[in-house]
Amino acid sequence: MATTKQVKLALVQEIVDRALHAGATDAEAVVVEGDEFSTKVRLGQVETLTESTSRAIGLRVFHGLRTASTSTNDLSEESLKRLVSGAVELARITEEDPFAGLPDASEYATVRNADGLHIYFEDVYKLAAAERIELARAAEAAAMAADVRIQNSDGGTFSASTSYKAMANSRGFAGEYRKSYCSIGVTAIAQDASGMQRDGWSSGARTLTKLESPEAVGQEAAKRAVRRLGARRVKTQKASVVFSREIARGIIGDIFNAVNGDAIYRHASMFEDKLGEQIASPLVTVVDDGTMMLEPMLGGFGTLPFDGDGLPMQRKVIVDKGVLQTYVTNTYTARKLGVKSTGNASRGLAGAPGIGAGNFYLQAGTQTPREIIAEVQNGLYVTEVLGSGVNLVTGDYSQGAAGLWIENGEFTGAVEEITIAGNLKDMYRNIVAVGNDLIFRGASASPCFRVEGMTIAGA
Amino acid sequence: MSSLAATPSASTSPNYFQARFGVDHALVARCLAAALSAGGDFAELYFESVTSSSIGIDEGIVKSASQGHSMGCGVRVLSGERTGYSYTDSLEEERLIHAAKTAALIASGPAKQQVVPFVETQVHDLYPVIGLDAEIREKLALVQRADKAARAYDSRITQVRAGFNDEVRHIFIAASDGTWAADTQPLSRFSVFVIAKGADGVTTRGSGGGGGRVRLDYYTTERTPEHYAHQAARQAILQLDAVAAPAGEMEVVLGPGWPGVLIHEAVGHGLEADFNRKKQSAFAGLMGERVATDKVTVVDNGTIANRRGSLNVDDEGTPTRNNVLIEKGILRQYMSDKLSAKVLGLQSTGSGRRESYACVPMPRMTNTYMLAGEDDPTDILRSVKRGLYAVNFSGGSVDITNGKFVFAASEAYLIEDGKVTAPVKGAMLIGDGATALKHVSMVGHDLALDEGIGTCGKRGQGVPVGVGMPTVKLDKMTVGGTGN
Repeated sequence: MATTKQVKLALVQEIVDRALHAGATDAEAVVVEGDEFSTKVRLGQVETLTESTSRAIGLRVFHGLRTASTSTNDLSEESLKRLVSGAVELARITEEDPFAGLPDASEYATVRNADGLHIYFEDVYKLAAAERIELARAAEAAAMAADVRIQNSDGGTFSASTSYKAMANSRGFAGEYRKSYCSIGVTAIAQDASGMQRDGWSSGARTLTKLESPEAVGQEAAKRAVRRLGARRVKTQKASVVFSREIARGIIGDIFNAVNGDAIYRHASMFEDKLGEQIASPLVTVVDDGTMMLEPMLGGFGTLPFDGDGLPMQRKVIVDKGVLQTYVTNTYTARKLGVKSTGNASRGLAGAPGIGAGNFYLQAGTQTPREIIAEVQNGLYVTEVLGSGVNLVTGDYSQGAAGLWIENGEFTGAVEEITIAGNLKDMYRNIVAVGNDLIFRGASASPCFRVEGMTIAGA
Repeated sequence: MSSLAATPSASTSPNYFQARFGVDHALVARCLAAALSAGGDFAELYFESVTSSSIGIDEGIVKSASQGHSMGCGVRVLSGERTGYSYTDSLEEERLIHAAKTAALIASGPAKQQVVPFVETQVHDLYPVIGLDAEIREKLALVQRADKAARAYDSRITQVRAGFNDEVRHIFIAASDGTWAADTQPLSRFSVFVIAKGADGVTTRGSGGGGGRVRLDYYTTERTPEHYAHQAARQAILQLDAVAAPAGEMEVVLGPGWPGVLIHEAVGHGLEADFNRKKQSAFAGLMGERVATDKVTVVDNGTIANRRGSLNVDDEGTPTRNNVLIEKGILRQYMSDKLSAKVLGLQSTGSGRRESYACVPMPRMTNTYMLAGEDDPTDILRSVKRGLYAVNFSGGSVDITNGKFVFAASEAYLIEDGKVTAPVKGAMLIGDGATALKHVSMVGHDLALDEGIGTCGKRGQGVPVGVGMPTVKLDKMTVGGTGN
């Protein structure tokens, strides 16, 4: 494995050198390589089985303050020549941007590989195909066995992937890491006289040993699909809304998008000019941590040795007891805003780096979900939102929703075909309870929370 | 200016893959044999090479320019309803055979008699065969024009981003059922995003854009950069004075064109054959039954020249068609790929599509729209006492199992006593596909297709699509907002 890595890192360094020879004043190259496996078992039969490997290379060049990028997955000599010459020629036709450029060499990570981060585990890809299929099959079987109303499914799945990334630039940065991921999932379809409903559950991890059992995943999927049966609509009204942690995660994620340095410098965020101000309830503390360990020998889902600019990942408190502390930036947006990068550059194969989170979460509160729901006289527990009705410029929020209705602190059945609407600026301030149920199932996470005063539109 | 990928030596794609990579008849036959070596009953090779370029202007500066090339071959083996899939980004024989043998593992048994003699598919001729080579400076001039036009539209426009993306996709499909089909598919898209700031500090956004499988001169003759810039700027300025959308059930009028996303979400996905053969769709078992009022006829038409959703041939090598899905309210047809067609005992409707060589094909839409009716659009608006007039949407989604769909209006107005009045913001429409179209009471004579911006997502795969409809009135629909 080590020799392969050396070749990859050597290749990106070689591409950087070639770009400089071709006339670039600065260059940065990245190689990504991945193995993918996925299978879906439906009604006990393997429905799909996909297995492949891929690799590709991306190049970003600067010609003074002009920049351009190219990418290819054809690694033939002829193609690499075009990769370099295309980028250099393209950079000449763009215009000077005073903020463009690579980070200063002094800012780079000292750790340039993932040693000690524990984000790669060999076991993910060592499992035989037959055993992987068996995990998917067992998960679906558990869902189908859990309730007589589940006679159909969209299958149990198992997927595994490993990926390798190497990056180098003309200012002396060279780094690489490998990471692994696997998941078990089920989508169950429940049916009774009231109609058909689907819901699912999945468990993802960096190593097989941290996956939930297929039985647990299947049973949870079944429980969620069945509880949606018989869903009704409710009358249009104002009410309390409790966001389950799966949905809460997205609403807290909108904070990240609104403090994105790109949106800030474009004056396209509801949180522009709000540093140091109370933007949320005192119950709200939001953290982005690209260095987090879930356990001593297990890195977080968003933990990496360096960001898309090659800078160290950082931990920062973005909202502290409701007060906005910082925006999140990459090198470019940091220069635009006159600050230092927070190490949030995300780089794909092509184009300039964007901004991405590390491990992004709302800190847990003290109440159990049960206690939070018990305090609601009349309201909605949201388990699903549909649509794209979030405007981060104005904060206007309007989403289709489904979930469980709450009366006098108890669930009284499923509801659907309703919308919930409000304004995020008000919603964050009106978070009146935060659950103690924070758990990381991915790179972003939130406990459940309750918001007062949203409009529910229905019949 | 050189392009990142070499110019094909011939205009048709089998020659493209043969000329560049030596993919000839004999190699194809060897790969299909390897794919069927474990007893699969269908094998397919899908070769793809995509070159793309994009250029963007931002804050008045040409900030970004990029080119990319992606190529590979996906090998699919079917054994009953089971699919084995593997892909490779190298087209060397050794790698192709390895992928074929990996996909073959879905089956188990001795190799079966293969391959039906290849018959070259006669494809449509719906769009020009073009390269990306020349015109980077012309594209640059286009985005600069859009930037200028958006800024000039109104002094309250504070930020403008304009971009142009285009690609040329060569595909070649050979399969054990005798399929031998190729296509070269150009696709381009113009986009403009703006931010406006009002005197009271209110900030809004607007977007415009469009495109299709067109030559570059489309953007100077049919649709100009100024057109897209004004779309975006007008939307943002309008929003500065918008009031909160009302909440609750009311009459809704949808304008012509992009609001056809309603059709896409409310019935389109539910009529994809894979969901129906697996009995996962709210429409399963409703063939021949009434699912809409008799004013509603819906088609999925992949054969309209130059449209974003059109294809000469689908990604399984089947020529696309104009498929009538709902005829005067009666459900007539599902959209099908080869696998679902076989299971259901039907013919493929030319609806087998995939995002790339790394993806398994599925039944997908092309251009989905409701045909024109006979009502005058002004009469439709006049008939509404109090309701919502929605003319543009940012997108939608659906849960096909229960048919519940939503879509978010980016431009909408109140209708009061038959007159279009205040613009509203934050309107979300929600409904149920099986009943929404039973509330269609008026259909205008003004059918329009969208500008060419749609990308449809399904199981993580995005493909370009078109939508459309005439002005349509629904007697009852739930609008989500915060107003009264």
